[in-house]
Amino acid sequence: MIEQIVFYLFAGMLVFSASMVVVMRNPIHAALFLILSFFASSAIWLLLQAEFLAITLVLVYVGAVMVLFLFVVMMLNINKVTVEEGFARHLPLGISVAVSMVVAMGLVVGSDYFLSERYTAVQQLDPNYSNAKELGIAIYTEYLYQFEIAGAILLVAIIAAITLGMSKLKITKAINPNQQVYVKKEDRLRIIKMQAEPKNKNEESDA
Amino acid sequence: MMINNVKNYIQSLFLWELLKGLHLTGRYLFKRKVTVQYPEEKTPQSHRFRGLHALRRYPNGEERCIACKLCEAVCPAVAITIESEPRDDGSRRTTKYDIDLTKCIFCGFCEESCPVDSIVETRIFEYHGENREDLLMTKEKLLKVGDEEEDQIAKDRSRDALYR
Amino acid sequence: MLEILYQFISEQVLSPITALIVPLDYQAQALIVLQTIIKILSVLVPVLVTVAYFTYAERKVIGFIQGRIGPNRVGFFGFSLWGLGQPIADAVKLIVKEIIIPTGSNRFLFVSAPVLSLAPSVAAWAVIPFDDTKVIANINAGLLYVLALTSLAVYGVIIAGWASNSKYAFLGAMRSAAQIISYEIAMGFALVGVLVAAGSLNLGEIVNAQSGSIIHWYWLPLFPLFVIYFISGVAETNRAPFDVAEGESEIVAGFHVEYGGMAFSVFFMAEYANMILIAVLSALLFCGGWLSPVQGIPVLEDLLAWVPPILWLLAKTSFFMFLFLWFRATFPRYRYDQIMRLGWKVFIPLTIVWLVVVSAMVVADVPPWFN
Repeated sequence: MIEQIVFYLFAGMLVFSASMVVVMRNPIHAALFLILSFFASSAIWLLLQAEFLAITLVLVYVGAVMVLFLFVVMMLNINKVTVEEGFARHLPLGISVAVSMVVAMGLVVGSDYFLSERYTAVQQLDPNYSNAKELGIAIYTEYLYQFEIAGAILLVAIIAAITLGMSKLKITKAINPNQQVYVKKEDRLRIIKMQAEPKNKNEESDA
Repeated sequence: MMINNVKNYIQSLFLWELLKGLHLTGRYLFKRKVTVQYPEEKTPQSHRFRGLHALRRYPNGEERCIACKLCEAVCPAVAITIESEPRDDGSRRTTKYDIDLTKCIFCGFCEESCPVDSIVETRIFEYHGENREDLLMTKEKLLKVGDEEEDQIAKDRSRDALYR
Repeated sequence: MLEILYQFISEQVLSPITALIVPLDYQAQALIVLQTIIKILSVLVPVLVTVAYFTYAERKVIGFIQGRIGPNRVGFFGFSLWGLGQPIADAVKLIVKEIIIPTGSNRFLFVSAPVLSLAPSVAAWAVIPFDDTKVIANINAGLLYVLALTSLAVYGVIIAGWASNSKYAFLGAMRSAAQIISYEIAMGFALVGVLVAAGSLNLGEIVNAQSGSIIHWYWLPLFPLFVIYFISGVAETNRAPFDVAEGESEIVAGFHVEYGGMAFSVFFMAEYANMILIAVLSALLFCGGWLSPVQGIPVLEDLLAWVPPILWLLAKTSFFMFLFLWFRATFPRYRYDQIMRLGWKVFIPLTIVWLVVVSAMVVADVPPWFN
């Protein structure tokens, strides 16, 4: 009973926030609603006793990806008016894409594979059942190749992004902190011993 | 150079310099504390201390100020306002001598510029105002401070006279 | 002692109350809910009191290091008691102060930002074990949960900076976002090292895996990760020397420059609660949590057997909390590009290298830790 209430609460929140992501005019508000929808979906996963996935969703998407999203959106300060331009022009294309998406999703969800009798209710798992362990065993045995390929693709993407972002020309005059931290007092400052200068004669006579 | 680099790397890997810094501050944790517990204890003041202003009088009760307005001219914060008129006996005296303490920066130039040692800064620093008028020192208030503090002021001036 | 008190409260106070108010069918559930609330309070209240007195300790410690004596005036009932009343006086002052919401700010986000920064740091305490048995929620993915919640604390900062509609606040928020993202990775890798070593995500099991003696604790085999974890923790909590998000000498007070009164003090509480959390996690993950440091030493072990385990945990936590203050009193603020260099070019490669080393040690069953 309570689980159903919780499910509908979070499902409603998920649908609401997901639609607000599209509707909101301010991109920062849209990003914040996207965060809320991640939270709602992670709560639903928790109900399915997939706590590893749920927490990872929060950790990776909310804790890291969305922070970068917000960072970029806030820095760019996107002008709202330019976003609205060309609404009518792009409408036919948008509608056709939307319709094809709806049809595709209807076909997938309506297929035999997703019939409700194929699925039983989530059974109550033993409290000591470790989600992470099961997932690890599945990933590193059955799906090892797929996992390694995904890792390789991500590595390629990282290297590609770094090469794109790295400018060959050294145009900035920024200091290299790598060298800077090794600078010692002795490198910059020389202390010498010398005799004290005699006091100025003129000054003395004035006084 | 190479050896130096390796040495640097090892030192930074083991946070050597950070540990040195922590060691220094850690030692200070147990050193004697030098805080002055203010209302009960006070630090000694110099006889040149520049605190609240005062207008002085001659021993016969005549006020020293001759309204030359040198202090008004020299004041970098424009905190002094003076108006003057000849008195009945023909001597020039101030009718108004205001120091706005909210403007004053306590530089002591007024004191330096005064030819008759009339405006002085006393050792008083514990005063307060509950509204703005309290911090506008009028001639009466300044003279009153001068009368109350005359002993201390005279002592401080005579000590400082050696250096003038 | 605590168990007896808890038993007494749940039997003598809660049961009669539920019996009176709640319908018969739901009494068992209602009792569980009430007991959970009592448990939560028994963690939350001490944490918040510690936060209050941590600010006092900070002022005292930094004062002592600088040759001063720190606050020593406000006391109770006319006794100054080394200024022990100071946090309470501060709290009263901050509560009665007016909260100013700047025009042009986003009102809803402006008000919710302090809550967003306090809530994760308090919620993370749900999985912190104080003892073999004393934990609110003994969940399997405890370590992951803690990591996820500490990564959420940045939202309070970012949203506060953006909603304030102030350039200083915005700069602070941007700096904080970039910094926390960078150090989160190193922190996550350090925790992965612990996870590999202990073979569990459950914080209680991680502590129990370290039992044996002081050299069985993970600070020794995972030493680089331990150091990196703590330094990343300092960066994650925006504390000196990584406090560019506040940077009072350059961007006034950073993200909370527009906040005053209670709204500001909630940020303040969140910062200190986060510090305590990082300290207790360092104690749990790398320093054997509630395990006694004299374990395995023949005579001392028997001599100190009377010490309740929770005291060891608290002592270790206090040490790490002290380190936070010591760092603040010692190090000048890092420049922004130096922070980024340290995070990306030093910490992340080091953690990855040491992860390989740890995995090798685990596979090779290196004694005395992994056999």
